Amino acid sequence: MLELRDIEAGYGAVRVLHGISLSAAAGEVTCIMGRNGAGKSTLMKAIMGLLPLTAGRITLDGVAIEGLAAHQVPRHGIAYVPQGRRLFAELTVAENLGVGLLVRGGDAALRRHVLDLFPRLEERLDQQARTLSGGEQQMLAIGRALCLGPRVLLLDEPAEGLQPSMITLIRDTVLRLKAEGLAVVLVEQRVEAVLEMADQVVFMANGRVAEIAPARGLAPDAPQFRDHVGI
Amino acid sequence: MKALLLHLGVLAGLLALNFLAPAYHHAMLARIMVLAVFGLGYNIAFGYTGLLSLGHALYFAAGLYATGLLSQAGWSAGPALLAGVLAGGAIALVSGALALRTAGVSLMIVTLMFAQAGYQTILYYTPLTRGEEGFNLTNAGRMLGPVNLTEETPRYLAALALFAVALLLKLALVRSRRGRVMVAVRENEERSRMLGYDVFRVKLVALTLSGLYAGAAGAAWAVLFGYVGAGFAGIQYSILPLLYTLLGGAGTVLGPFLGALLMFYLIDLTSDVSQSYLFMVGASLLILVVFAPKGILGSLRARGLKWLP
Repeated sequence: MLELRDIEAGYGAVRVLHGISLSAAAGEVTCIMGRNGAGKSTLMKAIMGLLPLTAGRITLDGVAIEGLAAHQVPRHGIAYVPQGRRLFAELTVAENLGVGLLVRGGDAALRRHVLDLFPRLEERLDQQARTLSGGEQQMLAIGRALCLGPRVLLLDEPAEGLQPSMITLIRDTVLRLKAEGLAVVLVEQRVEAVLEMADQVVFMANGRVAEIAPARGLAPDAPQFRDHVGI
Repeated sequence: MKALLLHLGVLAGLLALNFLAPAYHHAMLARIMVLAVFGLGYNIAFGYTGLLSLGHALYFAAGLYATGLLSQAGWSAGPALLAGVLAGGAIALVSGALALRTAGVSLMIVTLMFAQAGYQTILYYTPLTRGEEGFNLTNAGRMLGPVNLTEETPRYLAALALFAVALLLKLALVRSRRGRVMVAVRENEERSRMLGYDVFRVKLVALTLSGLYAGAAGAAWAVLFGYVGAGFAGIQYSILPLLYTLLGGAGTVLGPFLGALLMFYLIDLTSDVSQSYLFMVGASLLILVVFAPKGILGSLRARGLKWLP
């Protein structure tokens, strides 16, 4: 389980996150919602050690990970797929996955698992990443993150800019990963997608947690969506 | 397989030229191969890892002077060469540990400052280094076991052996997963970090490898051509490997060799025609950069030869 307790972080002197506390359990999807500027992506970066915490604790299965160098956080079992995918454009699909797998000593079973999740990638192994479609790039970004064999997967708006069939594929993938016991933390703005995938929804506003609600108790027209997301 | 055959073919061609090339070109090719090793190393840092250094003359000069001075102190060529290689790597490791805290333009400036400090140090210790004037190695210092490196053919073959080892090691490096991690760092540092890589360490290893290549080229230059001088530590020798790499193709294994070959022959041919040959060289380079911005092999790779490593 990933647990955040009273974390504070920001950019230089500007504090963006104010006392965030939440937990993401194994086999559950935790959706983070909020308006633009609410601090959702900053929260992801803070968890990954890309921004130093000024206060608070982050633990993964009881082990403190705050204060680790950014490259050590993935080695502790947290993988992150940021907005915009950010692949290694000049490398092939196989090489992108290989770079992800190398940290784990080139685990063949993990590679097989990723290619089973995304058969399309197997057809494109020798293709340069920059020549893939947007949906395929997102598959590769998620696949490469899964090559780390994570216990927690952070996804920042994975369906952004994708066509409907790809959005469905991403949703099915998230649900499959959840069934496999992964803790998924998902930044998502689409209410319908959140209700299909989430176990709990964390609403953020102005760098604070405004409310945490179980997803099954939320209707599509619940006031939380209107109040905190503006939908 | 195609890539390996191409590289072995180039080496076989160079071996054949040992028997076929006229004396003038034979001597020039030996120089080109040694400086190509310098370029191959530069490309590990620049082309594959994205580190734009303007201070590689320091690593070349470290190899050159370590080998030259130890030879003068009575060391035989083998250990002196090895010391030269290690000197290039060690200086790259130490200067890189500081310089790699910066990136981009700052890295260029910091590496340039290190190289200039090295150049000034050589001049400062003129009683030892003989400054700009430099010094020649004794013939005894140029004997590698029974092989006399003052003779044309052994010198050519020694240059070819060094070039072959450097080329094949680099081919193996860039095709390994470690090589892919270097490219990943070049493409996107933050993403590499998020995949669990210590980006600073990857860069430092790349720069040190690059320094080992530069040191090997400098050490070989001292023993093969028998001259050591401060001119090799000047900024020109930091820019040359960059030019070789850009011309031949950054991020291609053979690119710096092709770049060195082109530069040598451009200067050679144009200096026969006119005294303003550097202007003609500059104009030729400009044309090449405009029409093939990825360098010769980089452009070929972009236009279909995707298997070119």
